[in-house]
Amino acid sequence: MKLTLKIWRQKNNSTPGKFESYQVQANEHMSFLEMLDVLNQDLIESGKDPVAFEHDCREGICGACGVVIDGQPHGLLKGTTTCQLHMRFFKDGDTVTIEPFRAQGFPVIKDLVVDRSSFDRIIQAGGFISVNTGQAQDGNAIPVEKEDSDASMDAAACIGCGACVAACPNASAMLFTSAKVSHLALLPQGEVENEKRVANMVKQMDLEGFGNCSNTYACEAECPKEISVENIARLNRLYFKSSLASE
Amino acid sequence: MSWFSQFLKSSIGKKLIMSLTGLFLVLFLVVHLSGNLQLLSDDGGESFNMYTKFMTSNPLIKTISYVTYFLILLHTIQGIMIWRQNRGARASRYAVSSTKHTTFASRNMGALGTIILIFLLLHMYQFWLQMKIDATEMVVYGDYEPVKDLYALVAVAFKQPLYVIIYVLSMIVIAFHLRHGFQSAFQTLGLNHIKYNGVIRFLGNAIAILIPLGFAFIPVFFYLFR
Repeated sequence: MKLTLKIWRQKNNSTPGKFESYQVQANEHMSFLEMLDVLNQDLIESGKDPVAFEHDCREGICGACGVVIDGQPHGLLKGTTTCQLHMRFFKDGDTVTIEPFRAQGFPVIKDLVVDRSSFDRIIQAGGFISVNTGQAQDGNAIPVEKEDSDASMDAAACIGCGACVAACPNASAMLFTSAKVSHLALLPQGEVENEKRVANMVKQMDLEGFGNCSNTYACEAECPKEISVENIARLNRLYFKSSLASE
Repeated sequence: MSWFSQFLKSSIGKKLIMSLTGLFLVLFLVVHLSGNLQLLSDDGGESFNMYTKFMTSNPLIKTISYVTYFLILLHTIQGIMIWRQNRGARASRYAVSSTKHTTFASRNMGALGTIILIFLLLHMYQFWLQMKIDATEMVVYGDYEPVKDLYALVAVAFKQPLYVIIYVLSMIVIAFHLRHGFQSAFQTLGLNHIKYNGVIRFLGNAIAILIPLGFAFIPVFFYLFR
């Protein structure tokens, strides 16, 4: 299959970027990233600068990959990362527009690669539990309700790829932050530091220049791990408690 | 108070203000509509004018009306600030943007709100201000004190097709604003649970349809039948 790609090329964050068109010969068994590999091989062989894009595990679990494909982060397929999107979902002759995640919180490093260390700083602000290392706890020493562990695990499925920010019309990072707060908040080990954690993580999220959530729910729809906006409601509740009713 | 102002300035605090003021304004719309429906009664405006007298003279209602003006202002200013900040959060726009997963209303709350504000200014100028500057006629019912004839003002305005069209279109805009706003307010309050999400969505849709429909019915009725 032959495709026309319109790809955002940007040398670095201080140079304005623009779209450039490329032709690529792909086959339907390739993943989207393998198709970009083919394009880059062509570009290298003809002495041109290859397109920079981020990737790591290529198994849909690391959160490194992620570009906006025809207006949708990670492309048209629901619950799928860019690396797991296959070319069989495209037709011969298609024109595909590929852009980086666009947000003030995610400055472009080069081409399709953005700097997501704002997410790391949100985690550093409180996305952890403080425990002494040492002997592992006995398996069932701390009882956890099944419903709570399920909800916590669902939130923990977040791979921190940033698609929620990319999809949100306001470039808000609420789904990410709420998932990272929720998966700890629901378990006894994390509950202890809830109030401090939520206050610090929300504060850092606001400092990073993300927009405000306006409940469009684009994040939930585009999340490759299908994280629910119920987590955002939980974050709101915990934040009210932390700000207005803390001990 | 630093903790409180810090809370109100946070992204979630700002949304809480939008949510609570929005829900109060929904309540205001319900009361406003129930009062206005008296315009439809076939008594030459007596019940509506007496009601107007009560609403403008009762001290409790007067206090609530000042609270309402304040909350409308707060909702507007906070909304503009959030809109500005959200635009700034994505300085470079997408060349292709998908609207597949979001509703028209949720994407355009700011624009819908602006139209509603413009309508509100017209509406206040047309009726509220005329009452304030005593530009209305006085009318006497039975043994009561003379009251301002707001009914006549309304009847004249709604005989003009331009106003009828503006009012009906504005109510459609309010319908969209309510459709997103109502359920969004509950999500912001942290009320999202499978047990009652259905009820909130149903109530939101019912309110978004019935309130604007009720309001829009009045000018259409006046234009056609009075």
